[in-house]
Amino acid sequence: MLGLILRRLSISAVILLVVSMLVFVATLLLPGDPAQAILGQQATPERLEALREQMNLNDPFAQRYLHWLGGLFVGDFGVSAASGGSVAALLGDRIAASLVLMVAAAAISIPVGILVGTYSALRRGKAGDHAATGISLVLAALPDFVIGIALVTLFSTTVFTVLPSVTMAPPGEQVWDYPSQLILPVLTLVLVVMPYIIRMMRTTMIEVLDSGYVEMARLKGVPERQVIWRHALPHAIAPVAQVVAIQLAWLAGGIVVVEFLFRYPGVGQALVDAVTNRDVQVVQALAMLIAAVYVVVNLFADIVGIVTNPKLRTGGIR
Amino acid sequence: MSTLIEQQTEVALQATDLRVATTLGKEILHSVSFTLQRGRMLALVGESGSGKTTAGLACLGYFRTGLAHVGGTVELSDGTDLLALADAGRRGLRGGSISYVPQDPALSLNPAMRIGTQIMEVLRVHGYGASEQARRERLAEVLTDVGLPNDAAYQRRWPHELSGGQQQRVGIAMAFAFRPEVMVMDEPTTGLDVTTQALVLQTIHQLVTTHAVAGLYITHDLAVVSEVADEVAVMLAGRIVEQGPSDQVLHDPQHAYTRKLLNAVPDLAGRHHIGAVEAVTGAMPIISRERAASARLTAPIVASTSLLSVADLRLSYGSNAVLNGIDFELGRGESLMLLGESGSGKTTAARCIAGLNDSYTGSVSLAGTTLQPGTRQRSAEERHRIQYVFQSPLSSLNPRRTIGESVAVPLYMSGTFSRKERRALVLEALDQVQLAASFIDRRPGQLSGGERQRAAIARALVNAPSVLVCDEVTSALDVSVQASIIDLLRTLQVETGMAMVFVTHNIALARHISQRLAVLHAGRIVDIGPTDEVLENPQHSYTRELLTHVPTL
Repeated sequence: MLGLILRRLSISAVILLVVSMLVFVATLLLPGDPAQAILGQQATPERLEALREQMNLNDPFAQRYLHWLGGLFVGDFGVSAASGGSVAALLGDRIAASLVLMVAAAAISIPVGILVGTYSALRRGKAGDHAATGISLVLAALPDFVIGIALVTLFSTTVFTVLPSVTMAPPGEQVWDYPSQLILPVLTLVLVVMPYIIRMMRTTMIEVLDSGYVEMARLKGVPERQVIWRHALPHAIAPVAQVVAIQLAWLAGGIVVVEFLFRYPGVGQALVDAVTNRDVQVVQALAMLIAAVYVVVNLFADIVGIVTNPKLRTGGIR
Repeated sequence: MSTLIEQQTEVALQATDLRVATTLGKEILHSVSFTLQRGRMLALVGESGSGKTTAGLACLGYFRTGLAHVGGTVELSDGTDLLALADAGRRGLRGGSISYVPQDPALSLNPAMRIGTQIMEVLRVHGYGASEQARRERLAEVLTDVGLPNDAAYQRRWPHELSGGQQQRVGIAMAFAFRPEVMVMDEPTTGLDVTTQALVLQTIHQLVTTHAVAGLYITHDLAVVSEVADEVAVMLAGRIVEQGPSDQVLHDPQHAYTRKLLNAVPDLAGRHHIGAVEAVTGAMPIISRERAASARLTAPIVASTSLLSVADLRLSYGSNAVLNGIDFELGRGESLMLLGESGSGKTTAARCIAGLNDSYTGSVSLAGTTLQPGTRQRSAEERHRIQYVFQSPLSSLNPRRTIGESVAVPLYMSGTFSRKERRALVLEALDQVQLAASFIDRRPGQLSGGERQRAAIARALVNAPSVLVCDEVTSALDVSVQASIIDLLRTLQVETGMAMVFVTHNIALARHISQRLAVLHAGRIVDIGPTDEVLENPQHSYTRELLTHVPTL
């Protein structure tokens, strides 16, 4: 098992390395000069040249890449062209704020999705199942901003005015100091992510409930609750983990829209600002960050798959 | 009657007037009654769809999704009606006093649970013994009872680390762990090799007799019935049509269906013929010259009578050698049985001959020409001349194509026929396999298993091959259908003069289909020769062992 996980880990490392090259090359191709962007239009050629020297912009391409890559390992993401400050300091709070949103959305949508999906599978063909699948289908069909706007209309403007529709934390304070402001963005993400988990869970659970070993467990006289928890659920989890991974990975990028909608000070907004300002270093750092989330989350899904499958664990299949 | 009172003390389960219907109201089990007695085994025999599994599961108060109990009772020895109990009550009996052995242990053992845990679960759920220690002891004991090692390391194995026979014994151990009064066994040996089957049957027999368990043995295999059962009940379309002591039912059947079923069972000795064609007794089939000439054979005439020649066929997947050098010759119009148990390499060998598996070394030559390994490198003509029929017609026929379209595919590949000619050839092929012309527009879903296999054979015949490779073509079929397919293949072989390689695990078919028999073991041919000679005077110890384990009526 350890060998398999190590292999997955090394594959992930290679993927991240390739991504770093692509990100670096892609941002090089962006028009504009970071030194110019920092100093503005009135900068003298001497000052521009000095700054370029200071930012190592005159070094050969490969050397700059290696320098940047080396920086990534020690948490040095370079200097923001727009603000002149360190990228790490600039993004630190933003990343924390976005993580709060993501973790809260995942912590709610994964267990609830699995439970609703399982419930739906157990009630196959009955009213509860029809309601769950119908609602999840509608939600899956709606774009995230529509869900967000609908929630704002419902809870903060037109119908009820119980929740704030925008995030307004005074500078220096953290977003999680105002939990009521988190409710709508988290709820939007939950409603976007959960339908897929419900539907996948329902499908795999139905398949597993029809399997020979579930029938056998029932014929052994195992109580129904134990049949579901011990015999059915572990087999249904692995395929669902893949869907959860895709959803979480999507969150890393999809959060942009939701953050923009609720004026939430997370990485999504930072990315939008950085692209507008031609802030190459910030774009690079955020692109790497989002790629890393994708890779890590998929790695977790693979590990769940390995752990729930004894054939993989004991090396029965290679 | 005094015997009645005597018997009643032994009755463990009595099903009376049992009726089961689909939730849509169609009754599929009509008034089925039977009695299970301690220490005795009742065999419930029937073909697929006869309702035998439904009846067996009803003994556990279990009905599969879409089925419902509509009438009748299942009474236990203490007089309680199992079907009148609520779910919790039924659950308390399942796996406890009434247990179940599933057909396919590979599917029925939880792949993510160690085998020891799975057996322990039964003991825990039903509260066996006073302590965990007592349950552990029982676990070790029951593993010994079914002839498995009982050490801790073995108990910690996963199902995939066991062979099919071992998995089935774990299934039996699980059913036997709580010392049930009644055991329902649903085709427990169907997927097993004959040698393994013999061992499993022996284990079951021993458990039932020494521990006075009442057994219900569900099967389609009448030869197995004669080995294990004291009484037999024959089921047809949801009814028991004949019931009685096994000697009487098997040797003096009263119902026409039982007689038909018994006639369809292939016997190793070839005493009776299955289907309409005489059993082959080693002699070459007589092919009249006119018939051979009229068959559309385009084979170049060669001096030797050998048509297909396989020399030193080897194949390995990594370090795992599947074929270790196979040599045989197949004469014109000859039928050779390639017999082997699972994993012997018989299907791999057949696929190599047909060019479906191109990673072999050695040579396959047809009429003196060495063929390229893969179908892609072989010429269209060469491909026409070796045709392949697969085990499962359900997966080998495209469900979206009509039978006519599927059968015409090989004709498209040769590309020289007009639409009209193609239709005529397809109709001719359907006629050869005794399917009416109306089948041309039907789809596989509308056909029965036997009809589908006939359609698959028609597709292989449409280009008039000189060698037909049949890969376990009857193993997915009921015995009566198997008999008709064997009959068909024999007739076709005599009529068209084609040669045939018949791949199977069922040695009982040998005298019914092949003039020569090759026994495959671990990727080698260990015995080859005229069928009679191999069966009567086997040279290799493996063949001898195989022959002693074949169940016979």
